[in-house]
Amino acid sequence: MIADSTNETPRVRFENVSKCYGDLKVLDQLNLDIAANEKVAIIGPSGSGKTTVLRMLMTLEEIDDGVIYVDGESLTHMKSGDTLVRANRAHMRRMRANIGMVFQHFNLFPHMTALKNCMEAPVTVLGLSKNQARERAVELLDMVELGGKLDHYPSQLSGGQKQRVAIARALAMRPKVMLFDEVTSALDPELVGEVLNVIRNLSEKHDLTMLMVTHQMGFAKAFADRVCFFYEGKIAEQGSPEQLLNHPQNERTKQFLSAVLEAG
Amino acid sequence: MHFVWDWGYTWEILPVLGRASIITVEATVLGFIFALVFGLVLAIARMAGPRWLRWITIGIIESVRSTPLLIQIFFLYYVLPQFGLILSAMVAGVLALGIHYSTYCSEVYRAGLENVPKGQWEASTALNLSPFTTFKDIIIPQAIPPMVPVLGNYLVALFKETPLLSAITVLELMQTAKILGSESFQYTEPITLVGLFFLVFSLISAVLIRRVEYYLNTRRKGLL
Repeated sequence: MIADSTNETPRVRFENVSKCYGDLKVLDQLNLDIAANEKVAIIGPSGSGKTTVLRMLMTLEEIDDGVIYVDGESLTHMKSGDTLVRANRAHMRRMRANIGMVFQHFNLFPHMTALKNCMEAPVTVLGLSKNQARERAVELLDMVELGGKLDHYPSQLSGGQKQRVAIARALAMRPKVMLFDEVTSALDPELVGEVLNVIRNLSEKHDLTMLMVTHQMGFAKAFADRVCFFYEGKIAEQGSPEQLLNHPQNERTKQFLSAVLEAG
Repeated sequence: MHFVWDWGYTWEILPVLGRASIITVEATVLGFIFALVFGLVLAIARMAGPRWLRWITIGIIESVRSTPLLIQIFFLYYVLPQFGLILSAMVAGVLALGIHYSTYCSEVYRAGLENVPKGQWEASTALNLSPFTTFKDIIIPQAIPPMVPVLGNYLVALFKETPLLSAITVLELMQTAKILGSESFQYTEPITLVGLFFLVFSLISAVLIRRVEYYLNTRRKGLL
């Protein structure tokens, strides 16, 4: 299901988006449409700009050129009269409510329990009552199989458990789009499975658009509707997992995949 | 000549020194409160102010830290009147202590805030927390515990510098001891008592700071 169907507004659209760090061009005129509920895996060598894509969509990075749309509305710009100007803080906050993100290093709040981590934003941002927020948080922590760890602090949890709390925390804001930035890269190998299981369940049972930067090719294959291979700030090749991972056309893709397979 | 300790004289001057110690503690507390508040102003101006304000703030911090406290005390008390600003000895002394230590406090605040990992700010943005909530619920609770022992040390340091106020005739402990000594030509007892007073209060403060530190550390067992 490649989302270039013109009759439907894509959930997320990158239009000629560029980003530089000094002289280094991390993204070069990126065009990418993602349909509602589509699951997209982003792969590529380090420095190819894949994490930057997620960070820009989460408004953690400013873009230098181009526009990002969410449900047809610009995330990065807003209308002022007839012209588009850079989005102000209020506009960004409103648009950001559509998007949730899970980080490589969890970034849980260390001074709050698992439960409090999941309640903080729903209470202070969405205005839920403490009871409503607790109910929602407990339900989500149950879903990630941490119902028994509600009152544990992050330092008392394993890496895999922390990452599952982080997933529940992001979901508590009911985003339409979930971003996963190398969420298993910081985990011991035996803990990867429990996190991927949670993400797989999520993708099967919920209407969520998901973007995932990953090095787990096996998981990308099982999870994604589409795989995008990034190279030097551009999408060098994209297609269904079967097509891209088993029958890559692009020379760079072939090189990358054989290097990854060799590394195991 | 042999060492003499006059207990009669000791009991006679103890109440006088006791009253003077109140002035010492007042100067310490008021000076430190000023340092805490003004230090926060300096830290915010330096970190979040417009460029020109940052440079002015850095200039103030550096020049205050690079000159002796005694000179700053004299400046406020003897030089400012030339410009029409006349301060009482106590006010000038407290201000000098407060300004001097505010520059140290501002550095403590800055280091404390910068030590909170960037990922905490990013997670707060990703959860759409407002800047105010981010500060109040996420950043400040993580920044404060490591600051406490350092600020506590500065409190004790400031306390130990209050005898400098005797140079501008504030009737704190040291000045009182000097006057007593010059009246009776007996310096041993008043100066020793003043030393003991500082020792006892410094030790008590150290214990209190440990307590607060311990309390904060057990409360945030979270930190990685």
